[in-house]
Amino acid sequence: MKTYLLKRLLSAIPVLFIVSTIVFLILQMTPGDPALVILGQEATLEEVEDLRQQLKLDRPIYEQYFNWLFNALQGDLGESYFMNDSVMEAIISHLGPTISLGILAEIIAITLAIPLGILAARRKGTMTDQSVMAFSLLGMSIPNFLLSLFLILVFSVFWRLLPVAGYKPLSAGLWEHLKYLLLPAFALGTAHAALIARMTRSAMLEVLNANYIKTARAKGVKEKWVIYKHALRNAFLPILTVIGQSFLGLMGGTAIVETIFAIPGIGQLIVNGVMRRDYAVVQGAVLYVTFAFVFINLAIDMLYGIVNPQVRLDSKK
Amino acid sequence: MTSSTENIDLHAVKTALRKEHNSILLRQIMSNRSLVIGFVIIAFLILVALFGPLVIAHDPNAMNVLNRFAPPSATHWFGTDNLGRDVLSRVIYGARISMGIGVAVAIVASLAGLIVGVYSSYYTRLDHLLMRISDGIMAFPGLLLALALMAALGGRASNVVLAVSIVATPYIARVVRSEALALKEQTFVEATRALGASDTRIIWRHIAPNTLSSLIVQATFIFAEAIIVEAALSFLGAGIPPPAPSWGNILSDGKTYIYKAWWMTFFPGMTITIAIIGLNLFGDGLRDLLDPHSSKTKN
Repeated sequence: MKTYLLKRLLSAIPVLFIVSTIVFLILQMTPGDPALVILGQEATLEEVEDLRQQLKLDRPIYEQYFNWLFNALQGDLGESYFMNDSVMEAIISHLGPTISLGILAEIIAITLAIPLGILAARRKGTMTDQSVMAFSLLGMSIPNFLLSLFLILVFSVFWRLLPVAGYKPLSAGLWEHLKYLLLPAFALGTAHAALIARMTRSAMLEVLNANYIKTARAKGVKEKWVIYKHALRNAFLPILTVIGQSFLGLMGGTAIVETIFAIPGIGQLIVNGVMRRDYAVVQGAVLYVTFAFVFINLAIDMLYGIVNPQVRLDSKK
Repeated sequence: MTSSTENIDLHAVKTALRKEHNSILLRQIMSNRSLVIGFVIIAFLILVALFGPLVIAHDPNAMNVLNRFAPPSATHWFGTDNLGRDVLSRVIYGARISMGIGVAVAIVASLAGLIVGVYSSYYTRLDHLLMRISDGIMAFPGLLLALALMAALGGRASNVVLAVSIVATPYIARVVRSEALALKEQTFVEATRALGASDTRIIWRHIAPNTLSSLIVQATFIFAEAIIVEAALSFLGAGIPPPAPSWGNILSDGKTYIYKAWWMTFFPGMTITIAIIGLNLFGDGLRDLLDPHSSKTKN
């Protein structure tokens, strides 16, 4: 296990290096002088020049890159001149809402998808199966920002059950917290639910025909046990992979869903950064999200061994 | 004499076989429900995008302040927006922009993905470099990368195509590469090499054409994804600049007045959803038809 982990960690290094290079280069391509953007059109030439020197924008590009990379490795992602704060502080202060939203969206996705997938697999070819598959197609086809708007229309505009937008932290009470997160989490979770349901169905279909399932049934094991203890456990690896992959979509989705619902999370931080041309924030936050994703995938890989003991990562080759 | 009879017979057999093959293909296509439904939806939307603007009664940018926020009616099927513009006309014009961008991205990303895919399958060193770069691009959440690229490039239709194509290319390249890696080991490729064919000839005459079926399937999904990303970018104000009626721009206006005029959100939203469903169905159907192996493993 240790060797495998080390290998995976090492293989993440080139990816992260390329990611950081891409992030740096994209924002270097941005037209306009960031010093001028920060100071506004009325600034004098000297002021602009002073700020350029202060931000080290007058140095050659490779020097700026290595400086930025060296600092980033030490957790210093620079300063946001719009927020009067360090980028790391800005990320940390915006992290809470995104984590709450992400967890709730995953919970909604998994609790919807796995039972539906199992149901479809058990009733393959029936109306139930077809309905689940149709729901899955619909879920995958509606972009999350559209679903957000539809949900706002139904639950906030027509029925007035939940707020249109906004955010209350957990400290304001669980219901207050959830009230603002339910719609965005549902909008984010649906597409993942669709994907996970499809995968659960096909993984269960493969497992349900296996001999050990027939044996378990022949022994008279209760159907519930056959499904959940014998079949689902063995079908769980591909499902787990899809859950892991869906995190990337989730992080991408938060950018737009957080903007629609005015949730002060990482996604909104990035979108605002792009709009204000806040170089350091966009660089830092995108880098942070991508790093987080690479490590979440690593964690999911490690879960494989726990979920299914057949997979012994250290004994592989 | 005998040889000419044989020739005639051979020709007849060939024609019969081709007819048989065509009728089997047609039957396969017609029995593939996803493919047919998807095709009908997409064909309809493409026709609307191409010819709709010629037949609509209202100018999509013509404002009428006396008729703001008019609900759906016989004159304005989808209602009017905050400036009194006809929403249906804007959605139809939007089809031209949004579907146009989708097609352009599918073409650009397919070409780039094909080139990257076949060359990296053929040259190992190049493969290491190109695949690490594509790993890097794929490690980003797609929308965030497109957003960052748009911030750098500036809001223009051509830049939307460029940004979304950069995000989409690695996905096509991966599919082409894995297909090409298997093809490279096939006997016919080895035989061509033994006959002295150049690398370029092997790549473009023998490997690339055989990867096309997987590439086309993937391109359909990229088409759908491009429509979504364009709509999202324009919705966030980083895509096509308003007042051009791209689907994302129409929705962005709709969001502001969601309390006052639900139709400004509902109709363009439904149009996008139907387009994506059509493309997904078409892609699924096409995969079943062109690449039966992968659809079998999928189910």
